[in-house]
Parts: sequence; structure tokens; C-alpha cells
Amino acid sequence: MTVMEQRGTYRPTPPPAWQPRTDPAPLLPDAEPYRVLGTEAAAKADPDLLRRLYAELVKGRRYNAQATALTKQGRLAVYPSSTGQEACEIAAALVLEEHDWLFPSYRDTLAVVARGVDPVEALTLLRGDWHTGYDPYEHRVAPLSTPLATQLPHAVGLAHAARLKGDDVVALAMVGDGGTSEGDFHEALNFAAVWQAPVVFLVQNNGFAISVPLAKQTAAPSLAHKAVGYGMPGRLVDGNDAAAVHEVLADAVRRARAGGGPTLVEAITYRVDAHTNADDATRYRGDAEVEAWREHDPIALLERELTGRGLLDEAGAETAREDAETMAADLRARMNQDAELDPMDLFTHVYAEPTPQLLEQREQLRAELAAEAESEGARP
Amino acid sequence: MTTVAVKPATMAQALTRALRDAMTDDPSVHVMGEDVGTLGGVFRITDGLAKEFGEDRCTDTPLAEAGILGTAVGMAMYGLRPVVEMQFDAFAYPAFEQLVSHVAKMRNRTRGTMPLPLTIRIPYGGGIGGVEHHSDASEAYYMATPGLHVVTPATVADAYGLLRASIASDDPVVFLEPKRLYWSKDAWNPEQPTAVEPIGRAVVRRPGRSATLITYGPSLAVCREAAEAAQAEGWDLEVVDLRSLVPFDDETVCASVRRTGRAVVVHESGGFGGPGGEIAARVTERCFHHLEAPVLRVAGFDLPYPPPMLERHHLPGVDRILDAVGRLQWEAES
Repeated sequence: MTVMEQRGTYRPTPPPAWQPRTDPAPLLPDAEPYRVLGTEAAAKADPDLLRRLYAELVKGRRYNAQATALTKQGRLAVYPSSTGQEACEIAAALVLEEHDWLFPSYRDTLAVVARGVDPVEALTLLRGDWHTGYDPYEHRVAPLSTPLATQLPHAVGLAHAARLKGDDVVALAMVGDGGTSEGDFHEALNFAAVWQAPVVFLVQNNGFAISVPLAKQTAAPSLAHKAVGYGMPGRLVDGNDAAAVHEVLADAVRRARAGGGPTLVEAITYRVDAHTNADDATRYRGDAEVEAWREHDPIALLERELTGRGLLDEAGAETAREDAETMAADLRARMNQDAELDPMDLFTHVYAEPTPQLLEQREQLRAELAAEAESEGARP
Repeated sequence: MTTVAVKPATMAQALTRALRDAMTDDPSVHVMGEDVGTLGGVFRITDGLAKEFGEDRCTDTPLAEAGILGTAVGMAMYGLRPVVEMQFDAFAYPAFEQLVSHVAKMRNRTRGTMPLPLTIRIPYGGGIGGVEHHSDASEAYYMATPGLHVVTPATVADAYGLLRASIASDDPVVFLEPKRLYWSKDAWNPEQPTAVEPIGRAVVRRPGRSATLITYGPSLAVCREAAEAAQAEGWDLEVVDLRSLVPFDDETVCASVRRTGRAVVVHESGGFGGPGGEIAARVTERCFHHLEAPVLRVAGFDLPYPPPMLERHHLPGVDRILDAVGRLQWEAES
């Protein structure tokens, strides 16, 4: 049976024979976001995984801080920080196998780095020396997508293509709460469900689309509930509970890999920093709100669990911090070197072969550069 | 030598044959769109493909153009060669963001590591009595987007050759099918189809000495008709079929204009901000000293596409073309 034939042959029938296509009950998210840390479920969590998550979260937060600092030094054009959302970022990368694919949005640099992409290459877009700094095929990470939700149908298409070829590939696509209002979000989920594509959609609901709070974005009971309308399960998870996010995403990836189709996961988290360094968050939210979320910090939650169970001591925490500092120092040093730019690259990759028009324009730029160099050389 | 029977074939048949041959030659070619499977497309261009190649390779998608093109991008990322059908020109607009922000830019933004070999077929233009939203000449939007090739056939043979070349291209191609030519017939031998390569070469369809009509797609037949009618006026018109708007063949166009000294650009698209402005500027910049008169444009009016009972007043016809030719400052020669 071909992939397309597996969809069945549902036809509407006249009343009173009508039946829903599928039972919606199993698709509904739980009433409460799923939690592991600080609950009985934590005892079942793999200690090595918790320690790994902790080390990555600490490193991730340091990466966010370093990148934000680099914007202040003029080394990055802009940085959309994911401070407070590290649990989602790291878990999304860790649940995937090497041959799987990650489809990040512009705020997901951490996930990209956690997947193995060079930390400097991951910042190319935000430094501005090119758009995508890494080869997407090397670590199977799609380019960071700035247009909201537009990367989601790409994930569906790629996963579908892999399934058509008989390859074992799952695509995990990341989007924010604001992105769920976009048409591409809807279309991607619909295509994924119709095709039963092996895709996991991770919505990081961090409370804000720049300044606009969720209440102005949707009237849905939760973003996870949107899954039901497409015929896929929706899962609600505490996005600051790294163990819970990891477990829910790993379940969804397993389900996709086994041919069970797509899942929508809503992770409830909070963007502690402003939208970017260019944003002023005090215009739309108060300090008290931010402080309340700091009490539910993903690193603090994990640290409490690990120390409470004797899985982490001060020396262990110090090692994690030192590793993060080493990463930050390396990032700082490499980002403080000027990017190597060749203006002629502008014409190299527009098409496989430049059009005659681009060849002419390339020569024009070459002449402009030569004239520039000459006038600089002539300067006393 | 055996003579092969050359029978009249329609452009629709040539397009179907091109898709079928491409799918036969290359298992990575996948056709997808609205109604392309069981029905064979509203214009029947994909007729029989689902039956021959299976629904996995000729797929009826949900009705959502951004989703169709967006998933095709993902499929191309994974090494497939999707051929997307947009049902009508004006129905392709929901896919515009995917086209502009991803399809056109992916190769460039990834420094060439992630090219997207996909073809987007769009039936375009008027003249079929279509109601609102079924007749737009939308080529200027695509021409204005760097990273896309924009190709449009005007003959049965080119429909086959250009579509094969587009599917074989490693760059994304917007393949504009003049829907009023779908049922036009031409002597064409499907057993010995002609390739058209590379994309980006215009062709002189009718040699002439007095002036050049520069046109493409749906307007070629009108220009040929105008050229025949012009003979009675003593004008011997050359007709150039661009075949590809991007890349643009300056060489062929300018060689013709330098020979004739006069040029009129003819298209259905509105004149203001339309392709003719770009073409007239290019010709003027390159051929100024050969020109006996300003390059004129014969275009659709700058209107939302008219209702079908009025469309004949909008579309460039023989009279409007001859009128323009008459304004090419012939008095200087007499």
C-alpha cells in the first residue's frame, strides 16, 4: 500500500448515518501542563539525562547572555534571546536522532547549537555577514526562519518526502505562540495530519508576540487544543520543566517514527528578556510578572531536583558553570574577529548560473570596488 | 529514412507529455496540487499521471496554496523535484510568501548548499471568458523577485521543451502557461519532442525589416496576426518570442531592434509597472542610436481584470498593435 492510500476512503453520508471521522477524546490535551520535576514522575527520570540537560541548560543560558552582550558591543546586529526558554530549546535538540531534522525559528539559535552546529556559524544571520552560516545538510538543521511559521510546511514536506522514500526521518519544527496565528501554521498542521507525516510541532508559548500577549492572539482553550481540529493529538507541557519537555517531545518523536503521525506540543514558558535587544519590554509588562516567572526558572527547577536527589553537588554545578564560561570565552574571542566579507559573493548563489543581467551587475560592482580601492590608495 | 507522422497536437497535450516523460525519466519528479490526481487537473494537464505513477507521485493536496508550495519546498530540500500546479493565476497569491521568502532565496541564503529544484506551473492570462480571479496576467510579480526563473511558452513545441527544461533546472522556475493557448493546435510530433535549452533564449518567430514586436506567451499569436495584417500597410514586422522573462535575452531582442530600428512590446499585463516598461528601458539603453522612434508598449489597461463580457476591450488586439506600429514616426522616412 502506498503512503497516500493509507489515508482511507472516508466519504460523507446523508443523515442520520453521519459519524465523526475520528474520536476526538484521545486527541485532547490534559487539563494541566505535564510536569516531572518536583512530582512523583521525577523518580523515573534517567539521572544521566537530567545531568546532561542541566549542563546544556547552563551553557545555553550563558550563550544567550554572551550573544546579548555581543549586540551591545556591536558584534551582532540583533539577538532574540531565549533566556527562560532554555528547557524547550535544549530538549528539542536532544530528542532527535542524528538523521532527523530540526526546523528552527529565529529565536531558536540555542536549539541549533545544541544540535551540533558551530556556535559562531549559528550566529551568522544575526551578525549579518550572510543569512545562513551553516550547511543545513551537515547537521540536518534548516535555516533559522524569520518569517513566522513558514518553516513548518517545509518540515512537513521534508518528513513526507523521507517517508515516501522509505527513510526513517522525523522532523521537529519550532514556532512561537504568535506564529500559531499565521496561516502557514494552520496549513502545515493540516497537511501533516492528512499525510500522517512524521512531524512534531513544538509551540513555545512564551507569553508574548513581541508585545502582544496571548489573550490578544487566540481565544482557543489552549494552543495544544488546536491539534484536535486537525485530527492529531495535542500535548500540554510545562515548558520550564526540562525533564517534562524532553519526555513529551521524545514520546511524540517515537510516535511519529512508528508511523503514528504528527503531534502538536504546547510548552508553556516565559520570555524573560525583551523580544530582542532593540525592544523595551517595560512598555508592555511589569517587573512583578517577570519576577514571578523567575521563581519558576528552568535551571533552578532542575537544580533543585538534582541537588535534592544527590545527583548534583557544588563541584558539579561549578563544572557546568566552568564549561559554560569556556564556551562563552571561545564565542567571544571568535566573534570579536571581523567577519571575512567578499562583496562578489553577492552574485554567486542567486542562481546555479548567474543570469546575463547579474553578470553585468557583477562587473559593475567589481569596477566600483576597484575605483574605491584606488581612491583609498590615493588618499594621503 | 522513415517519415514520422506529424499530427496536430494541443499545448495541453504537449504539457501532459512533458510531465509524463519527466516522471518516467526521473523518479524524483513529483506532481502535486489541487485536483491533479483523480481528476487530472481542472485543465486536464495532469490527466492520467496518478493512474500511471500512483498517488504518491501525483498527489491531490489539501486546498491551500501556501501549504502546497511550502511542503514542496520541504520535499525539494529532501532531494525530490516537485512540480506544483497552482490552479489559476489569482489562486497562486496565497503562496506568495513561500515563493518570495523561501523558494526564491533558499539557494542564496544557504550559500548554494540548499538549492530548490522545483517548478511552479501557473495557468495565467485571460481570453477564456473566465469570471473574476481567473484571468490575471501575474508575470510582473514573479519577474520582480530575484532568485526565480520566469518562463512562458507560446507554442506547442515550446510547451513541451520549456517544461522539460524547467523541471530539469536546479533553480526554481515559475512556469506560466497561457491558458487561452491550452487548446491551440500545432503540428507537433510527440514521438520526437524537441528540447529547449537553455532557459533564457528568445527566438525570432517571424523575420521582418520594418519594426520588431517583442512579445511572449498568450500574445504571440496576436502579434503574428498583426504582422500578417501589417503587410497590407507596407510594414514587414519581425516578431520576437521571449520564451523566458527571467533570464532575459537582451542579445536576441537587441539584435532584432538594431536591425529594424523600431520596437513595440506587447503583453496582456498592465502597462504601468508591467514587463513592457523594463523591456523598453533595456532596449533604449542598449539600442538608442539604432532607434528611429521611442519604444512603445501595447498592454492591457491598468485595470483590475475586467468581467468576461468586456475582456476583449482590455486585451491587446491586432488593431491596438497596428495603431502602435503606426505611431513609430514613419513620417521621417517619407
